Amino acid sequence: MTQLATLDAYAQAFDAVQRSCKSPTPITDLRRHAFDRFSTLGMPTTRLEQWRFTNVSPIANATFTPAQPAVLTTADAASLVATGVGDGAPTIVFVNGHYEAALSSVDDLPDGVVVDSLASVLASPSDADAVARYLGTGADIESDGAAFTALNTALFTDGAFVRVPANVVVDVPIQLLFVTTAPFHEKEAAPRRMTHPRVLIVAGRNSQVRVVERYSGSGDAPHLTNTVTEVVGAANAVVDHYKIVRESGAAYHIGHMHLRVERDGNFSSHAITLGGNIVRNDVQALLEGEGGTCTLNGLYIADRKQLVDNHTTIHHTRPHCQSYELYKGILDGEAHAVFNGKIIVAIDAQKTNARQTNKALLLSEDAQINTKPELEIFADDVKCTHGATVGQLDADAMFYLRSRGLDLKQARSVLIHAFANDLLNRISIESIRAQLDDLLLAQIPGSGPIYEHG
Amino acid sequence: MLEVKNLHATVGDREILKGINLSVKSGEVHAIMGPNGSGKSTLAAVLSGREEYHVTEGSVVYNGHDLLEMEPEERAREGIFLAFQYPVEIPGVNNAYLLKAALNEIRKHRGESELDAIDFMSLVKEQMKVLEIDQALMNRPVNEGFSGGEKKRNEIFQMAVLEPKLAIMDETDSGLDIDALKIVSNGVNVMRSPERATIIVTHYQRLLNYIIPDFVHVLSDGRIVKSGGKELALELEDKGYGWIDGVTEQVGA
Repeated sequence: MTQLATLDAYAQAFDAVQRSCKSPTPITDLRRHAFDRFSTLGMPTTRLEQWRFTNVSPIANATFTPAQPAVLTTADAASLVATGVGDGAPTIVFVNGHYEAALSSVDDLPDGVVVDSLASVLASPSDADAVARYLGTGADIESDGAAFTALNTALFTDGAFVRVPANVVVDVPIQLLFVTTAPFHEKEAAPRRMTHPRVLIVAGRNSQVRVVERYSGSGDAPHLTNTVTEVVGAANAVVDHYKIVRESGAAYHIGHMHLRVERDGNFSSHAITLGGNIVRNDVQALLEGEGGTCTLNGLYIADRKQLVDNHTTIHHTRPHCQSYELYKGILDGEAHAVFNGKIIVAIDAQKTNARQTNKALLLSEDAQINTKPELEIFADDVKCTHGATVGQLDADAMFYLRSRGLDLKQARSVLIHAFANDLLNRISIESIRAQLDDLLLAQIPGSGPIYEHG
Repeated sequence: MLEVKNLHATVGDREILKGINLSVKSGEVHAIMGPNGSGKSTLAAVLSGREEYHVTEGSVVYNGHDLLEMEPEERAREGIFLAFQYPVEIPGVNNAYLLKAALNEIRKHRGESELDAIDFMSLVKEQMKVLEIDQALMNRPVNEGFSGGEKKRNEIFQMAVLEPKLAIMDETDSGLDIDALKIVSNGVNVMRSPERATIIVTHYQRLLNYIIPDFVHVLSDGRIVKSGGKELALELEDKGYGWIDGVTEQVGA
């Protein structure tokens, strides 16, 4: 049961948002409705099917207050830039949920492409209508498990708006960086900080764009990052989306992504989870036009007592759509992972081709995963496959590598990297792939690329 | 270089090696032959450090080190190389990558500088030619989808690049057609030198037509029951194992 004091803190935050945030009427109405939904639902409990294995009581029982603007130290700002995709990629930065103009730069975008802070777009009467037209059209705040999405919708103060007009191809990846600075050694009784970033990506007909959302944090106090990303792709649009969660060790990250793929649209998602205490990533894809393609890739690496939960839903509503899903997890220590992959094929969605795979590599006796495919197929001429494997490092391969001179740690790294290799090969942004290579091969300095890409 | 004394080893609760004595000096090529189940591969596995095999008695001294105390990677870095009977497929690990990582570990151990990709490729070019390894094979995942011959050639290629002091070949010739056998044998012969010793574990005398051993040992039921020069192999080819005292030849072996 969510405690009254914590609900009160959310109500105060909601009052503050209503007072301070300028929004067109439809959005104000949406916020009010969303907060009502949140108040009705309360925080999810493990009695709800979608939250069965993910106990969010540490979040439900804590009191969070909105994170205040902060200036990054020079060192933090430098390391933020260093982890970015580089090469002059258009970048907008949010510190504690607030747009940080000094670190952002969106020069050299093709004509008509918008990459901006959602707050500033909503504050300008001419642009606000465009946002109002799409915001909330993908995100689900009505179902029983939707409390966090409802909370985000009620409380978001800023985030990113990306719009690519029809027929425009954006070559460089657009990156959205969200940083939360929690102080170190905050007293137990002190209020926790929360942010509710909102991202809206609208891709016009025949457009093409890559967007990287990266969430990171510093400090060791538990903060809550509760994100909602909506992607609306028009006919034949190609969207490649990366979400990298590397929160600080004590942080809670709840993220929901909602995609709408129109006729012949092609959407790929790469959900990469590297850090956080509890991380939940939901992806809900709606294939609502014929011939659409949706690819969901996921890589999660967890150790200690981390909990990583990936829930995906792909809803095939029209014929001739394809979905390809591959999630892989590497779990050490007492880490716990959850994978739930739901595929719904509506009665009209004939000739659907859907493939789902989840593989987990357990590196310790105490690591565990709950994995569950859910297929609801109402059409009769479809091809749907799913598979899940859970395994350990192969002892024969370990010995083979050691017999060639690699020590135990190196041999482990090589095999862990090899496990993730097919996912890494699907990442088209070189700097992200290189960072993941380095992370997975941390024990083998200077060993160069383990696999010639391409 | 290698002194094996009264070596006993078990796997599970079965004793496989029952008192092996073997002395190998630099420059020598020893062939170990014997019927199926005699313990040939177990000997190779124990020497390379496989954990499933437990040494219950005896000693192995390698260049002054107590070999049995060394981890598999220490043995490799000190110059022991095992060519596997069944090379392991490792999806997702590039063949060239593994070899470069292995070579650099061994070079580091020897106090030599590590090689970058360019130096590495120019270093291995010659061995690639000898063992007919093409660039495509280098860029494929280790052993994955390799033919039997490609796997064995790749093992000997690794051996040629890593330049071991003691090479142990575990049934490298099994399942090879004559062309592959010649390539593999040539690769081994090119490497023969006064500083290197080789132990060839084989089931078939045929390989020894191409790699001429200095000594031949017959292993049976976990013991070396006869040793001799290269002519012993020919004798075995003619007469089988039955004539040697102490050989318990299994039916069909």
